[in-house]
Amino acid sequence: MADLAWPNPDDCTLIGKRVPRLDGPDKCAGRAKYTYDINRPRMLWAKFATCPFGRARVKSIDIAPAETMAGVVAVEVIAGAGTECKVAFQEVAVVAAESEEIAREAARRIKIEWEPLEHNVVDDDVAMAGNKAKAGKEALTEDFAAAIDGAAVISETEVGCSIITHCCLEPHGSVVEVTEVDGKTSVMAWCSSQAVSGVGGEFAQAAGVDAANVHVSCQHMGGGFGSKFGADLWGALAARLSKKTGRPVKVMLERDMELALAGSRPSAFARMRVGVEDDGAIIAWESAAWGSGGNGGGMGAPSLPYVFGNVEHKKTQTTPIFTNTGGARAWRAPNHPQMCLLTMAALSDAAAELGMDELEFVKKNLGLTGRADVYAEELGIAAELIDWKKKWMPRGDQRGVLRRGLGLAMHTWGGGPHDSNVQCTLHPDGGVEIRCGTQDLGVGARTTIGIVAAETFGIPLNKVTVLIGDNRYPASGGSGGSTTVGAISTATRHACVQALNKLCEAVAPEMNAAAEALVAKDGMVRGKESTAGGVPFADACRRIGTQPIVTMGQTQRGNGMSDQGVGGVQMAEVEVDCETGIVTMQKLVAVQDCGRIIDLLTTESQVRGAMIMGVCAALYEERIMDPVTGTLLNPDLEFYKLAGIADVGELVVHMMQTPDHLKRGVIGIGEPPAISPMAAISNAVANAIGARVKRCPMTPDRVLAAMKA
Amino acid sequence: MSQTDRPQDASSVSRRGFLRGMSASALAAGALAPAAQALAATVGANAGPGATTSAKAAATVFGPAPIAVNLTINGKTRELRLEPRVTLLDALRNHLDLTGAKKVCDRATCGACTVLLDGKAVYSCTVLAVEAQGKAIETVEGLAEANNGAAPIQKCFVANDAQQCGFCTPGFVMACESVRRRNPHANREQALAELGGNLCRCGTYHGVANAVLDAIHGTTGGK
Repeated sequence: MADLAWPNPDDCTLIGKRVPRLDGPDKCAGRAKYTYDINRPRMLWAKFATCPFGRARVKSIDIAPAETMAGVVAVEVIAGAGTECKVAFQEVAVVAAESEEIAREAARRIKIEWEPLEHNVVDDDVAMAGNKAKAGKEALTEDFAAAIDGAAVISETEVGCSIITHCCLEPHGSVVEVTEVDGKTSVMAWCSSQAVSGVGGEFAQAAGVDAANVHVSCQHMGGGFGSKFGADLWGALAARLSKKTGRPVKVMLERDMELALAGSRPSAFARMRVGVEDDGAIIAWESAAWGSGGNGGGMGAPSLPYVFGNVEHKKTQTTPIFTNTGGARAWRAPNHPQMCLLTMAALSDAAAELGMDELEFVKKNLGLTGRADVYAEELGIAAELIDWKKKWMPRGDQRGVLRRGLGLAMHTWGGGPHDSNVQCTLHPDGGVEIRCGTQDLGVGARTTIGIVAAETFGIPLNKVTVLIGDNRYPASGGSGGSTTVGAISTATRHACVQALNKLCEAVAPEMNAAAEALVAKDGMVRGKESTAGGVPFADACRRIGTQPIVTMGQTQRGNGMSDQGVGGVQMAEVEVDCETGIVTMQKLVAVQDCGRIIDLLTTESQVRGAMIMGVCAALYEERIMDPVTGTLLNPDLEFYKLAGIADVGELVVHMMQTPDHLKRGVIGIGEPPAISPMAAISNAVANAIGARVKRCPMTPDRVLAAMKA
Repeated sequence: MSQTDRPQDASSVSRRGFLRGMSASALAAGALAPAAQALAATVGANAGPGATTSAKAAATVFGPAPIAVNLTINGKTRELRLEPRVTLLDALRNHLDLTGAKKVCDRATCGACTVLLDGKAVYSCTVLAVEAQGKAIETVEGLAEANNGAAPIQKCFVANDAQQCGFCTPGFVMACESVRRRNPHANREQALAELGGNLCRCGTYHGVANAVLDAIHGTTGGK
């Protein structure tokens, strides 16, 4: 029998090791079927006619040119005459047709007369945004003015970052098949969703049935990053059109709509003042921040200053700006990367103002953070990995065309588990099936479950069948906020330990042993003290009779099973060409704790991925709006720039896996490493060129402007 | 005014827009550049009943109705009836259920749709199916099937965890395979330079770089 507690790390053959992902072979052979890949007999394609302005009223709409086209099966008006569209690319009408080409052409033929209305797409300038900027209340600690005036040095910083989008490579969308048999309606929905267990209700409502009649499947999904929790209007339309036409309907957004509507991260800008003592102690923080989350307004928590929240004297104020642009959605560690940039840039500038090494400066102020010990250790490791002591030079000390710089940033996140249910079926022939209504966004959820089950039963990973991505499996929470791994790993352990213990009870009499004295290891069931012999696992399973053992497990919190609250440090080295303004990544180091790691290989991949997303935000990507028409100027991957394989420099990942970290249990990793890179890179550029580039992405023009200022 | 009807002067016509514009009316050989004329000549033999003769230019015109298109995919000949405007990517995905190649940017930027055409890596979103006739088309599925489910490069992708969500993966696999075949001694810098036409959002470049070098040099035992 086994305890629920995680096994001793030294006894593990899979947990904590580098295990290749279970679905890797299918993904790289093109066999993995994503929602976009679902083709059904008689399936219709749906395409949209959309709004070309930031804000405009539909004066008239004529769908006849589309309706009369050969191959068009249904046309539905979404925004009829008189409707005000509030963002560019907003859906006005949808066409369902026999082929993708016909649907696209028909959507183009729809005649729409527009009355353009006043709009605002300015998110970076409070004055220009006019009444769309709603100044928030000022928060002020007692004696703030006296405190900051009494500081030895007051440094000033202005910095910010543009709106970026999620830019999932598989766009948002669904394939929906509504069928009616003997008056009973049922819905089959393939949906690229981060919340397979919860998304059925949206299809049910659209098709006019109970959620119990909706079957949702998402075996593989091409990215989500926080933007794919719901079926959205697009999934609902697929259901409605399928019901109306009696045929399966595929709605997948084209790249322009994906970039305009399907999720973005708010911009954030701030003017800050930091009051410090001569020895580097921070005594006062002042910030006036602004930014926009699109048509929903501004940014939310966390507040400033980030991580160093315990500064005694603070004055903060935030002004959200409402824009006619697609709304914000949770983007990997919502708002943390932006607040990290604002804070760490201000601290770096304060250190430079004092003439202090930035690393020494943050070390001096670790008492203002909630995890001083963790940060101190991580800062030391990161500094070694990037060779900080040898490479660091005071800001602005360099001459010459090519200049190198170092920068650092720190972050925090929760990462506690959501509620998850897992079913374990142990067959009499030794087969193990795990069912869970979770989903794999590409982070290795499927593999995590398999590892925990195989480790618990002491069998090879390929002997476990992992079934996920289906709302008919036991419900599991949406994958957001780094909540999944702690949930599915502990629920799987819970289910499998119960099944194993039943097996031990069934096999104990024959082995002349007490069930408590049996363990499953190396493919055998044997006595606890033995290192060899015993009964092969499959033979042992034959003793359970004809009925498989079925157990249910749930998320386990605390007791060393799972936990929340992590810290991380990242350090960047860049090279700046002072003639062209081009910034080249040299090295990015991440030191991160996340409790006990289940699969080190996929964990490290996820951390590196987060770092690369940070490189994109620091140097390349941003959503650019046209102030004249209010539309999106870069609705494609040519001008919505992502880093390429040769743009990211060397990436070094160090996961904290000391006994103290392991004993906390499993903690999520999706968000934390995505927080620091933009700030660390901004600081590295400032260190190299001796000036703060005021906005990320730090494009060549912005770098040159900062050098001229 | 709609998004796709923005006026464009001749110099700003994109390849994609050009192809689209042509297909919306008809693929008229007389109005095309020499390369496309050669293409029309190639497909002429298979033109079928969809082909008509333009009185003005006395040239063969295909479409807009579907025409017979013969494609050689993974060594097998597939006969399809396609509108001439159908891209190779859409022919593979929508007409043959070969969904390994992915549609992401649909504008020859991201490389998710990469297939090999006569051994050369191409963006299949920007090749018309009719253009691919008479050429050997190799897809990610074919690469796997020809190697008992996984070619060496695909095994290296798994061993080096060169995939997260996996949506860019088939394109990267084909681009890496192309690098491996054309430059069997490529060093890291050369290999990465050749993979600049493929984009990943999850940020899996580290694994991809290791995978391609593993496939070329056998460095991490993925072979």
